[in-house]
Amino acid sequence: MVDFHRPRDLSEALQIRAATAAVPLAGGTDLLVRYRNWAGTLPRIDRPVLYVGHLAELRSVDVAGNGSGPGMIIGAAVTYSELLEHPTTPQLLRDSIIELAAPGLRNVATLAGNICNASPAADAACALYALNAEVELAGPGGRRRIPIAEFITGPGTTVLKADELLTAVHLPPDRSTVQYYRKVGTRHANALSKLSLCACARVADRRVTQIGIAVGAVAPTIVKAPRIEQQLQGAGIEQVVSQIPDALRQYGQLIRPIDDQRSTADYRRHVALALIEQFLARELR
Amino acid sequence: MRETRFTLNGKPVSTNAHPMTRLIDVLRDEFRMTGVKEGCGEGECGACSILKDGRIVNACILAIGMIEGCVLETPEGIAGTDRGRAINEGYAEAGAVQCGFCMTGMAVATEALLRQNPVPDEDEIRAAISGNLCRCTGYAMIVDGIKRAATKGSGLW
Repeated sequence: MVDFHRPRDLSEALQIRAATAAVPLAGGTDLLVRYRNWAGTLPRIDRPVLYVGHLAELRSVDVAGNGSGPGMIIGAAVTYSELLEHPTTPQLLRDSIIELAAPGLRNVATLAGNICNASPAADAACALYALNAEVELAGPGGRRRIPIAEFITGPGTTVLKADELLTAVHLPPDRSTVQYYRKVGTRHANALSKLSLCACARVADRRVTQIGIAVGAVAPTIVKAPRIEQQLQGAGIEQVVSQIPDALRQYGQLIRPIDDQRSTADYRRHVALALIEQFLARELR
Repeated sequence: MRETRFTLNGKPVSTNAHPMTRLIDVLRDEFRMTGVKEGCGEGECGACSILKDGRIVNACILAIGMIEGCVLETPEGIAGTDRGRAINEGYAEAGAVQCGFCMTGMAVATEALLRQNPVPDEDEIRAAISGNLCRCTGYAMIVDGIKRAATKGSGLW
C-alpha cells in the first residue's frame, strides 16, 4: 500500500517531497480519476502521495498592490470556488472557471493542479497564459518564479523538479478592458474542451495598448505568441483589422491540432482561427 | 495505520481506513451511508454528492486522508431535517423522481444551493445541478421540484 503523507506545514511538505519524490495531491480531481480502480479498492497508484490541500501557507490569496492596480498571489491550494468569490480575480479567469466544471468540482479543484497536470486542453491555465501569469516554485534551494509558458513543456510535462512544489500563482495587475472567452465543448457543464480561446486586451482611445491571446487544445502546449501580440500592440483598432490576415497566417503555423475522441484536427484549426478573427475584428472596442 | 477524524452528520467519528481509500467507500461500507451512490466514479455525474464544510463535493474522487478535521453531511443527514423534508415534498409534488438513482445527489445539490441562495431563479437552479446527471427526467421536473422546495421551505434556509 502506498504511503500517504499529510505534513503539518510547507517546510515539512518540502522535506517529504525531497526525500520521497511523492506525488503532490491538492484537490484530487485529476489524480483520483487517473488512478481510478474498482469500487472498494485503493486507487492504482504506486508512488507515495503528498497531500498539500490543507496547508495554511498554500491556502491564502494575497492582493499584491502596485502602481497599476492589484495583482494577485494565489496559493496553490486555493480552490476555484474561492477564486470565484474573490473580488480581484480577473474577469477572464472568472469566465473560464465558470465554464470549466460544475460546483462539486470547483469546490475542490485548484488552479495549481490544473497547471501541474499540464493538459493542452486545461481551461484555467489557458486564461493564465493570456494574463501572463507566473508560477512560484519552492524546493531545497529556495524559491523561483517563472512564466507559465516556460513551466509547461508538453502534454503532462513541466519543469517542476522532483524535490519542488508549486506554491503559488502570481498574476500581474489586470488592466484589460475587453475579455473574450470561448470554450468549445460538447455540453456546458463538466465537458473537456475541444478547443478554447482566452483573450484580453486594453483598448484606450481606439488604440490597443495591451493584448493577450491564448489558444487551448490545438497544440502540445497552450499556444501563446508574444511576437504576434507585439505586432498588434500600439495599433489603432482599424489598423488591427487590416493586420488580421497576417496574424491568422502566423497563428496558423503555431496551431497544430490532433484528431482525438473529442474532435478533429481540421475542426479545431478552423474554429480556433475563426475565434481569433472574431476577437480581433469585433471585440476590440 | 493512521486514524482520520471528521464530523459526520453532526457526530464526531473516526476511521482507520488507508488514507487513500475513497471517501465514498468509507461512507458506504464503514458508516453505511448508502444514500451516497456511485454512478460514474470519476466526478462527472454527482450521484455521490455530499457536503464537505458546507460545500457540495463528489465523494468518489476524494481520498479519506484529505478529510481529516472536515465536517461532512450526507443525504441521510439532510433527510431528517425540516429542510430535507421540504426538498422531499417539493420533489414529490413536481413528480421529479423517476428511477431515483440521482435523487440523493440532487437533494444534496438542492440543499447546497438553497443555503447560499434561498430564492434562486431558474438559471441559478440549473447551474447548481449542472454537476448532477439525471438520465430519466430531462430535468424540467427536477427544476420545478427545487422551486417548490424553496417555496415550501421558505424561511428555513
